Amino acid sequence: MARTFLSWPVLRQLRSPDKLGRGTAVRSRQTDELAARTEAADRVAKSVCPYCAVGCAQNVYVKDEQVIQIEGDPDSPVNRGRLCPKGSASKNLVTSPLRQTTVKYRAPYATEWTDLELGTAMEMIADRVVKARNDTWQDIDDRGSRVRRTLGIASLGGATLDNEENYLIKKLFTAMGAIQIENQARI
Amino acid sequence: MAEAHPVGFQWVMEAKARGAKVIHVDPRFTRTSALADSYVPIRAGSDIAFLGGIVNYVLANELDFREYVVNYTNAATLVSEDFQDTDDLDGLFSGYDPETRTYDPTSWQYAGAESEGDEEQDHEMQRETASALQHESHGSGVEAHPPRDETLQDPRCVYQILKRHYARYTPEMVARTCGVSEEQFLEVCQAWTENSTPDRTTALVYSVGWTQHSVGVQYIRTGAILQLLLGNMGRPGGGVMALRGHASIQGSTDIPTLFNLLPGYLPMPNAKDHQSLEQWIEAISQPGSKGFWANASAYAINLLKAYFGEAATSENDFCFDYLPKITGDHGTYSTVLDMIDGKVKGYFLLGQNPAVGSAHGRAQRLGMANLDWLVVRDLFEIESATFWKSSPEVATGEIVPEECRTEVFLLPAASHVEKEGTFTQTQRMLQWRQKAVDPPGDCRSELWFFYHLGRMVKERYADSTDARDVPVQQLAWDYPTHGPHREPSAEAVLKEINGYEVESGRPLSAFTEMKADGSTLGGCWIYTGVFKDGVNQAARRKPAREQSLVAPEWGWAWPANRRLLYNRASADPDGKPWSERKAYVWWDEATGEWTGLDVPDFEKTKPPSYEPPEDADGVAALAGNDPFIMQGDGKGALYVPRGLIDGPMPTHYEPGESPFGNPLYAQQANPTSKVYLRPDNPMNPSPPQHSDVYPYVFTTSRLTEHHTAGGMSRFVARLAELQPEMFIEVSPELARERGLEAGGWATIVTSRSAIEARVLVTDRLTPLKVEGRTVHQVWLPYHWGEGGLVTGDSANDLIGINLDPNVLIQESKVGTCDVRPGRRPTGPALRQLVRDYLEETQR
Amino acid sequence: MTSLFGENDLWGPLDPTKDAGYGEDRPKRKGFFTDTSICIGCKACEVACKEWNDVPADHFDMLGSSYDNSHSLNANQWRHVAFIEQPTRAEPRQTVDLGMPVRAPSRPPEEEPGEDAEKPDFRWLMSSDVCKHCTHAACLDVCPTGSLFRSEFGTVVVQDDICNGCGYCVAACPYGVIERRRAPEGDKNVGIAQKCTLCYDRLGAGMTPACAQACPTQSIQFGDVDELRERADARVAELHEAGIMDARLYGNDPDDGIGGAGAFFLLLDEPEVYGLPPDPVVTTHDLSRMFHRATTAAAFMLAGAVVSFLGRRR
Repeated sequence: MARTFLSWPVLRQLRSPDKLGRGTAVRSRQTDELAARTEAADRVAKSVCPYCAVGCAQNVYVKDEQVIQIEGDPDSPVNRGRLCPKGSASKNLVTSPLRQTTVKYRAPYATEWTDLELGTAMEMIADRVVKARNDTWQDIDDRGSRVRRTLGIASLGGATLDNEENYLIKKLFTAMGAIQIENQARI
Repeated sequence: MAEAHPVGFQWVMEAKARGAKVIHVDPRFTRTSALADSYVPIRAGSDIAFLGGIVNYVLANELDFREYVVNYTNAATLVSEDFQDTDDLDGLFSGYDPETRTYDPTSWQYAGAESEGDEEQDHEMQRETASALQHESHGSGVEAHPPRDETLQDPRCVYQILKRHYARYTPEMVARTCGVSEEQFLEVCQAWTENSTPDRTTALVYSVGWTQHSVGVQYIRTGAILQLLLGNMGRPGGGVMALRGHASIQGSTDIPTLFNLLPGYLPMPNAKDHQSLEQWIEAISQPGSKGFWANASAYAINLLKAYFGEAATSENDFCFDYLPKITGDHGTYSTVLDMIDGKVKGYFLLGQNPAVGSAHGRAQRLGMANLDWLVVRDLFEIESATFWKSSPEVATGEIVPEECRTEVFLLPAASHVEKEGTFTQTQRMLQWRQKAVDPPGDCRSELWFFYHLGRMVKERYADSTDARDVPVQQLAWDYPTHGPHREPSAEAVLKEINGYEVESGRPLSAFTEMKADGSTLGGCWIYTGVFKDGVNQAARRKPAREQSLVAPEWGWAWPANRRLLYNRASADPDGKPWSERKAYVWWDEATGEWTGLDVPDFEKTKPPSYEPPEDADGVAALAGNDPFIMQGDGKGALYVPRGLIDGPMPTHYEPGESPFGNPLYAQQANPTSKVYLRPDNPMNPSPPQHSDVYPYVFTTSRLTEHHTAGGMSRFVARLAELQPEMFIEVSPELARERGLEAGGWATIVTSRSAIEARVLVTDRLTPLKVEGRTVHQVWLPYHWGEGGLVTGDSANDLIGINLDPNVLIQESKVGTCDVRPGRRPTGPALRQLVRDYLEETQR
Repeated sequence: MTSLFGENDLWGPLDPTKDAGYGEDRPKRKGFFTDTSICIGCKACEVACKEWNDVPADHFDMLGSSYDNSHSLNANQWRHVAFIEQPTRAEPRQTVDLGMPVRAPSRPPEEEPGEDAEKPDFRWLMSSDVCKHCTHAACLDVCPTGSLFRSEFGTVVVQDDICNGCGYCVAACPYGVIERRRAPEGDKNVGIAQKCTLCYDRLGAGMTPACAQACPTQSIQFGDVDELRERADARVAELHEAGIMDARLYGNDPDDGIGGAGAFFLLLDEPEVYGLPPDPVVTTHDLSRMFHRATTAAAFMLAGAVVSFLGRRR
């Protein structure tokens, strides 16, 4: 062991200028080695807060492929490094133990969830989309106007998503003829 | 603002430290009020009366910014002789049809334009299709050169009409209607007008609760009128600022997931009027009008080209025929009622929780229980995914799990740090997010989900010979992917949104480079430039301290990286700044260019003195003093002859549910609001009906500590503990009147449902004196449901479906209710309580 | 014998860092100035603190005390935002603009629905409280293990690896700030004294403490204590100038009972209103005197014992 009796606190205290043992004399090795965990980050991703529309810039610190800290980006002309309680809780949001990480499936008339492989779920959803579209397709409406659409498929959401995602959502649904595509902006 | 947008509020605090006066008008004293210089309590639902009173104060005392008003607004424009105002018709404008509850706006037109565009003036269709939302950036599509009287003396000019319209909105009337004292009201009038000069500007900030009224659009219109009259639009420190509530709700309006819009505010074609590409484009470009919508053919064809790629050619009208056509109201509320009626098969919920977050929660959940299938994509197991096992309707017996056929897929979503892409914040600024880590487990981005769903649907239709399936087969869906999960490239999608030359692939730098011949494509014309010079401009992060106050090199704002819209108005008609202090964009005579701190919102070399030839239209018709370049006449609209369903000028109507008769007119409520009269959507009675059963006014809003329907806060421990329970705020007076105990429970009842909440007795709510009697208002946050770390009843269960006619947004910021001590009953007894109240109203 | 204690070791103005044995190259003393006149009560400080320091969230009950649901400073709450809804005093309204909003009665007094003839004006005070990082820190002085120590930044920090959970510090703190963590079960520091470290690890990296970094309105300001004291004086003067005569500083005076706090406040009312002790005194204030008396007594006793021993021997 490297520590000798000379590092006993009481001896350190008597030898040091900190004769009351309130500062330098009582620092533990852990204290001496303490460092901000952000210092050890492998990388910092430039991000934006996911809550309201103020658009506060965030720095996301990553270590060993885990998010270890999220805080405001001081460079931003919007928030100047500051965040509200929600923005400050962003790490808690993305690392919450309550997050769903697997697919849950509720069969018709079931009283409980069951598990499903993601790939299976995707195939099932694609089948249902095609079936609903085919079953409810309208070439013309009841006034005889050409409408080329389905009123059997609806969607709600987009305000929490990226522009690129909204773009693909609207593009796909429009090509499929689904028009009841809505989001929070209507609410 | 301090409540829902605390970090934005730092700028208000900074302004205050520099001497700005902050006034907060709200039904309840909030954290914003606590820091304001003065707080004005107001009756929920009376904002038009309040702001209309200020308009009257401005006009009656001639305090308007006259040079601005004459040159930059339509104040001088003459209106048709046939127009009759609400003064003449006791709360209605001319052209009202009680049968359809809509207007024929022919008589609202500018003088000489009465016969124009009758075909598009079908207001019933316009209401059904929320057409005003298209006008969000369109302007009202009026003719370029209407007759004007720049002395503002002609009784038919907009200025005089406006003056007459608001003459009855006197301080006494404001006090009677809004419950605001005359002294406080006049204090606001004085502060606002005194601070709106060449040297000073006043900002109007609203949170989007303003939109959640049966007259929501007209609320905002009143604010716009006031800001135009006082010369605060297009100038630094002025404007009307909407504080929107979701990270990219602006983006999801620009690149809409909305039934009536296509990207860049192009309207979804409707079956009646838009059966050909030409008809559709003409409806957008409005030949004869001024401004940049004249180039709509380029915007529209670039979109079709982006959607259908090589298949879209000039020979086949760029596949216009592939676009589905709308025939009426396909909004989220009518869709939910259609679900209850069994007309909808499948439903996707993408980061949204309508079981808690949409009005009339019971209707939402009953609708979901009557689908074939539901796909929920979220971070957490939200209430909209569990309606079949734990909703209030399971307790009441209205949803029986064993009898509910809806198949539910709950797919875990990637969070904001687990994918890359852009959000558009509330000031139209796009900011690119880098991906920090891979999403855990089966979590995936929406980009992944929709790209692969589209791929799989295309596979299923690959061999089809049905004409119906051709649009899917020809859909341009070829995006590069990467990684083990084949994540599509968000940057490739952003490049398509920006647009590029088809041949060379060169990204376009401005929407003015878009061609209408198919040689360029672009998915959202107003976003063109975000990939200027092939660089992702939204990813720019030049530190604020290294650039000007405008910070043009942080992110990218549409259009053309302009940070302040209509900023030509920051200079006087001659192109000089109104004052040194407020210099922003100006005409540089030496270089013959507009210049300044921001990208000028004007043709760069068009001089302020420019007068267009009489026969010009489109961009060429814009004069050098027409700052509102998206409006058909280049002027800010004090009066709206076209495009609004409920009238050319805002008028005070009582909310759909109110304990008061309308003090201003015989017409009680918005005569054109979109109502759904069905047994499952009852409304509480208002005068002249018996309204004592639900005697109190309630309003709802957010808490700093939570986010909307709680999906991103109730499941997050550090937020859940800050506001752990649903509560109701009541004044000490109401607590005494109803025997409510601080910290105890209260039950709140409307004709839709009854919910319970813990009682917070607080002086922050105060009874108001309205129409000579006392009215109690209560306040509810709406963040809770039965899921998450902290649970509680949902305020939205109390609210019925009654919509603004222009945009089909629900009136959820004001309603009537009863408040009684104690907890609500559960199970069937809950429905019985609600029925008992309803029966009481019929006695 | 000479005293173990130097001048002002336990009382009065002092540079606590130098006193704790740090050399001339030590950084300037760091602290917080919390200006409650611009606090919006958003609780970003509470969350940012917990996120950075991994402080557990374990309290999910509504207190019904305005918007305060975190109760007080304690082992799991190193920042605490107090919310005070108060009528202003009964004295007549001043004619000057108070700057802080006050709500005028908006209805005629004769029509009052309640029993009060005049409903009082109202204000909502918010204040983010934190460990004061006292110049004379009783918690540190009584700590028998050397777990609590004075950092080179002049702050008072618990060393989790040394604390044995004796709890002497808990009783010693004149503000009731420090506490042993009791819950949640299994948490790494249950049983250990816990409180604000002024983000000691962040300071070492040249960063701002998490709460001050997050604070949207800069109600919480971090910096060199000397400079913060000047800033605070200027801010009070500014508010007084604006007619806000209620503004006063709390904990900034090196001559007060704790030798001045490293974290001090601008308040808009009496400290008691915010749940702060009006005149806190370091609980080891009398230690020096007690020590002298005890040593004198011990010497006398020793002498007496020697005398009696000698006497018996004789």
